[in-house]
Amino acid sequence: MAALDRVKVLVLGDSGVGKSSLVHLLCHNQVLGNPSWTVGCSVDVRIHDYKEGTPEEKTYYIELWDVGGSVGSATSVKSTRAVFYNLLNGIILVHDLTNKKSSQNLYRWSLEALNRDVAPTGVLVTNGDYDREQFADNQIPLLVIGTKLDQIPETKRNEVLTRTAFLAEDFNAEEINLDCTNPRYLAAGSSNAVKLSRFFDKVIEKRYFLRDGNQVPGFSERKRFGGGTLKSLHYD
Amino acid sequence: MSFLIDSSIMFTSQVLFFGFGWLFFMRKLFKDYEVRQYVVQVIFSVTFAFSCTMFELIIFEILGVLNSSSRYFHWKLNLCVILLILVFMVPFYIGYFVVSNIRLLHRQKLLFACVLWLTFMYFFWKLGDPFPILSPKHGILSIEQLISRVGVIGVTLMALLSGFGAVNCPYTYMSYFLRNVTDADILALERRLLQTMDMIVSKKKRIAVAHRTMFQRGEVHNKPTGFWGMIKSVTTSVPGSENLALIQQEVDALEELSRQLFLETADLHATKERIEYSKTFQGKYFNFLGYFFSIYCVWKIFMATINIVFDRVGKTDPVTRGIEITVNYLGIQFDVKFWSQHISFILVGIIIVTSIRGLLITLTKFFYAISSSKSSNVIVLLLAQIMGMYFVSSVLLIRMSMPPEYRTIITEVLGELQFNFYHRWFDVIFLVSALSSILFLYLAHKQAPEKHMAL
Repeated sequence: MAALDRVKVLVLGDSGVGKSSLVHLLCHNQVLGNPSWTVGCSVDVRIHDYKEGTPEEKTYYIELWDVGGSVGSATSVKSTRAVFYNLLNGIILVHDLTNKKSSQNLYRWSLEALNRDVAPTGVLVTNGDYDREQFADNQIPLLVIGTKLDQIPETKRNEVLTRTAFLAEDFNAEEINLDCTNPRYLAAGSSNAVKLSRFFDKVIEKRYFLRDGNQVPGFSERKRFGGGTLKSLHYD
Repeated sequence: MSFLIDSSIMFTSQVLFFGFGWLFFMRKLFKDYEVRQYVVQVIFSVTFAFSCTMFELIIFEILGVLNSSSRYFHWKLNLCVILLILVFMVPFYIGYFVVSNIRLLHRQKLLFACVLWLTFMYFFWKLGDPFPILSPKHGILSIEQLISRVGVIGVTLMALLSGFGAVNCPYTYMSYFLRNVTDADILALERRLLQTMDMIVSKKKRIAVAHRTMFQRGEVHNKPTGFWGMIKSVTTSVPGSENLALIQQEVDALEELSRQLFLETADLHATKERIEYSKTFQGKYFNFLGYFFSIYCVWKIFMATINIVFDRVGKTDPVTRGIEITVNYLGIQFDVKFWSQHISFILVGIIIVTSIRGLLITLTKFFYAISSSKSSNVIVLLLAQIMGMYFVSSVLLIRMSMPPEYRTIITEVLGELQFNFYHRWFDVIFLVSALSSILFLYLAHKQAPEKHMAL
């Protein structure tokens, strides 16, 4: 398979939310037996049938890059992580349904990945402010996944699910809530599997069929060209 | 009546310290995590509050505030509570949270927590045997027994931290030790890292394709699990799977390499930042401080060696010494009693404040470096334990810095401990810690440029 056929999706989230288990589940359809600390970045590959069931069906490899760490790390660690944010085609944001802080930190995670300044050594320039406008015209598809659903008691489920629905809306993204130790949540034909498939299809579409196979420009470059004037109008 | 007033003053100050500990916990330690278990926060704040109250009582002793008998009462009370917390509560909760992290033992959490606590108590008791810390005429469950052991652990900790800190401080501050890191180095390393990731990806693609074709052909490939599975897989093996196993091994090796490269890159980024920082005004100021501290560190190591070799423990405290020198050699006459009280208050106050501040900063840095959302509770409790022991032994050692008339209360309350032993022990451990830190830093410093050259 040609090296040009690569599709890169980042999996971001706080440490301990279950990214490694999730990635293992998505790629091998099996539960990860012994989750351990992720140092740096671990990659896994999922074979995805684009437009499954139609005549245009084609097989793609989707690389899931699971970047470990915490959002409050030192700047040097953030600069090192930034090397993985190159040329990304999609982002999966993972949060822990039992831990509100991990959901709040998702804003900072997405800003870290999307606001990457195009500097030679990847020194990050972020102000860390959350601005909804930035997500409105974002071209990179996002997906929000909440883990550890089984640990939420039935009585609190509605409240938690409403909160996560707001979260997903903020990111202009779909959301899936599951338990990484139970493959039945992603069983073929379930609504979760459909959402996942749709997300990957969107990623592949944006990657290959947007501008004749050219790479989609990064977020910061777009701001330089068109977004600057819009912002100054906003603050008047 | 005065006892009531004194008690209410003490109580108010304790509440204030508790609030401060609470705020510190929320704002600094746990600012990235969600506090699920309030008991952890309460224990931390309570330990902090009672430790600070001990220092407050020392200050009151010097200044002569509050009634003498009520001071004594509060000393005893404070000491009992702190020992209770350090020996019973915190270790039990540490055991409890460690056990709740392990999935297997989830059912009988309490039972295993008790087992862990009993093990801790056993080793804690055994700790006192090899040390000559007590005169043998005390009972089993007296305060002296507990304090002596807590004191040993705390003094060891203090000496280790001081030794390492004394060496590390000039090493970090001075820019003389900074390795030269250029942008090109970082870029080269990052390129290597990405290349390794690409190799991992291509190998995983091959494995995924192989799995898929095997799945479609109807062979379900089960990974050998368990002991018998491994034995079986030795004799019967599917031809395709041998190839896969080889690729999987290569992937594992590459992943290990990628982790190493990632850590090295992070290291280079950190060094680059430090180089840039050292060019600023603040950086230059710290550089100058670094030279000053290195002289101080050398002097301290020298003094520790002298103390051990000549087997002497300082008989007089620095305050009286200073006053003697000024009176005898410089001929300045002044009211000794008045000044000694104020000077020792200032000196002891500075020691207390800097040690609390230093400890809190070190704890915070340590916490950020090693905690995750799973282990944060355990780590905070460990830190609370260390903090409590550290403060208790500070009280033991601070006795040496105070003039004799103020030492009496500490001697009275803590009973007949062999204080000289603690000072000797501190010197020994300080020396050992400082020397091994020098060795360790030297090796680490040497090794890094070699790694650099090999790229």
